[in-house]
Amino acid sequence: MFEALTDKFNGVFRKMTGRGRISEDNVREAMREVRTALLEADVHYEVVKQFCDDVVDKAIGQEVIKTLRPGQLMQKICHDELANLMGPVDSRIYVVDPPPTVIMMAGLQGSGKTTTCGKLAKYLDKKDKSSLLVACDLQRPAAIEQLGVVAEQAGTGFFRVEGETNPVKVARKAVNHAMANKIDVVVIDTAGRLHIDDEMMKQAEDIAQATKPHQIYLVCDAMTGQDAVNSAKEFNERLELDGVILTKFDSDARGGAALSVKQVTGKPITFIGVGEKLDDFEEFHPDRMAGRILGMGDVVSLVEQAQETFDQEEAEKMQAKMAKGKFTLTDFMGQMKQMQKMGPMKQILKMMPGMSGNAAALDMISGDEFSKMEAIIQSMTQDERDNPDIIEASRRRRIARGCGMQPQDVSGLVKSFNQASGMMKQMAGMGTRDRMAFAKQMASGGMMGGGMPGKTKQRSKRLSNKQRRKRRRQKRRR
Amino acid sequence: MAIFKKLLNGLSRTKQRFVGGLKSLLVGRTIDAKLLDELEAMLIQADIGVKGTMKIIDDLRTASSEGRIEKGEEVIDFLKNELKTYWPEADRAIHFAESGPTVILVAGINGAGKTTSIAKLAYQFHSGGKKVVLAAADTFRAAAVEQLTIWADRIGCDIIKGSAKDPASVAYDACDAAIAREADVLLVDTAGRLHTQDNLMRELTKIRDVVGKKLPGAPHEVLLTLDATTGQNAIQQARAFVQAIDVSGIFLAKLDGTAKGGIVVAIRNEINLPVKFVGLGETYEDVEPFDPDTFVEALFA
Repeated sequence: MFEALTDKFNGVFRKMTGRGRISEDNVREAMREVRTALLEADVHYEVVKQFCDDVVDKAIGQEVIKTLRPGQLMQKICHDELANLMGPVDSRIYVVDPPPTVIMMAGLQGSGKTTTCGKLAKYLDKKDKSSLLVACDLQRPAAIEQLGVVAEQAGTGFFRVEGETNPVKVARKAVNHAMANKIDVVVIDTAGRLHIDDEMMKQAEDIAQATKPHQIYLVCDAMTGQDAVNSAKEFNERLELDGVILTKFDSDARGGAALSVKQVTGKPITFIGVGEKLDDFEEFHPDRMAGRILGMGDVVSLVEQAQETFDQEEAEKMQAKMAKGKFTLTDFMGQMKQMQKMGPMKQILKMMPGMSGNAAALDMISGDEFSKMEAIIQSMTQDERDNPDIIEASRRRRIARGCGMQPQDVSGLVKSFNQASGMMKQMAGMGTRDRMAFAKQMASGGMMGGGMPGKTKQRSKRLSNKQRRKRRRQKRRR
Repeated sequence: MAIFKKLLNGLSRTKQRFVGGLKSLLVGRTIDAKLLDELEAMLIQADIGVKGTMKIIDDLRTASSEGRIEKGEEVIDFLKNELKTYWPEADRAIHFAESGPTVILVAGINGAGKTTSIAKLAYQFHSGGKKVVLAAADTFRAAAVEQLTIWADRIGCDIIKGSAKDPASVAYDACDAAIAREADVLLVDTAGRLHTQDNLMRELTKIRDVVGKKLPGAPHEVLLTLDATTGQNAIQQARAFVQAIDVSGIFLAKLDGTAKGGIVVAIRNEINLPVKFVGLGETYEDVEPFDPDTFVEALFA
């Protein structure tokens, strides 16, 4: 989503790279473009001003570092400043004992409160916490029904009071209900309201007063313009927010609100909504986000996402196999299936360093490649899958016929499998830290772009006479 | 005159914040670089955008160097005139079908306010003596159909709900029903969708095509519901929706907050899309045809 901003930064820095060091003039020139980019991203006017001033100050003060190229130095300064602006964040939800922990959602109309309630319930469920969604939006027609459906989709409890028109009473009853039934977390959905609607804001205050929430979140649309700070400020003053949940982050909005809200209210963005499904919900990480803005990739998120999806036990088994070098094509296929579970390949690759700007490459590596690989592997016999080395020209032709592809596609797959298993063997022996570094090195070396299967040219595997004789000798010896 | 009062209330809030600032900013000053800088900050904070703001500021600078304006007080009138030319009378009117039902397709991103806006339009037409039918083609969001049904009951108009999950088939059935019941206006509600979701945008194109096949010339109006608090991303939204379904106008919702809706200036500049209605509250009465005079007045008074 921050892509356009990334492009701008890169453009500015590309211009600066190659100059000996940063002078005040070229810093100011760079910042003019950065300023426009940030304003176009809906970062609040005052915040932009502050940001640019800070960066200029820092950059000018750092003339001493002449070893770094200026573009890199500017990138680092901008990165740190951006991260500063958005952080620090502690997304953890502290659950109280005895239960329930009360969480209240508030926000403008249409910001996405009801959907976010469902996402939060799903998130809590992953952390083994039970939750109860409470319908306190008695304003909008069918809002209660909507929350009911969402609760069902999330597989969590749902609480409503038939015929009740006072949300304060509903909220109070819900908390008592949770207390009696030992439900860990109560999530109160409230009606959307304008921050200048005094009566409705008073009602929100009353709900908060009656239920004493442990956390109050403001739900804010990532596409909000300059007015984001006004509403966030007012909600914060009335309700003492604990954090902000930014929704609709999967759009192409550059989400300047993320930069502004923390600055103006002092309250951090804690979570982001990234899609229509209830699983599309992530913790917010300012440093990673800053890295993403600057095109530095988001490796940590990728690893975390992988950890969440991969079956731990399965992974350990796999790792043992890899270490011994006994990794087969069957295992390889299993791994691919798991990777596909993580989400669309494009989305995953976007998190890799250096990949975010490379749209063409991203399109090339689509889900189609995976289904092709799968087809090839499924056309092999079990022996061939266990030991791909036995695949020679005739087997290759048979497999190609079986999956409707060319023989070179088959050899391409085998080749990249051999490469991959070699790397995996290497990685399996490393600690986590080394592995991360290795992955980074791989990515920066352009491993992701080039070596996709099916694209390698076939090099004949036909053996020379000499080799054939040698093989025969070996067989006889066995 | 409840509506009128509401409009004034809504707009006067916009007015107070903006104008209070603008007036005190301008009175008794001459136009110089510092004043233009401050003006620029104000326009940007109204979501008019960097480009739109620069255009206005450049025009002001030219006018001042040519001696057409001098004093700070004159700036307001200058801006008013400039912005009023953005929205000519002709393209703000609703285009009705010559015979048979007029079909109005309403689309927008999630949470923009489509369903509420449709209720408002339905009430307007209904109270104007027209027979209105609603098509509940938001088959995706939980309880969206229920929400529209409640509105239909309150207003007293017909609603067509499909048994299928396919929104295009609901729209098709609704066209049939509108013809059979000799309705004047058919309002088609659609599911909210982000403009970046290509498959959902194609679904929208399909809905429009299906309607057009059933009733030649339909849809007669395609309205994009836009949240007045939206920032610069609204331009991308408008562009994508225009491409998918040939939007004919904007319903600017939620203008009763502190957001100034300046984004419609940017949209007018970039893709020449007019605003047709403004939404100013949560009941079905809270709607007004867009009036550039009032809008600009509210921005700059």
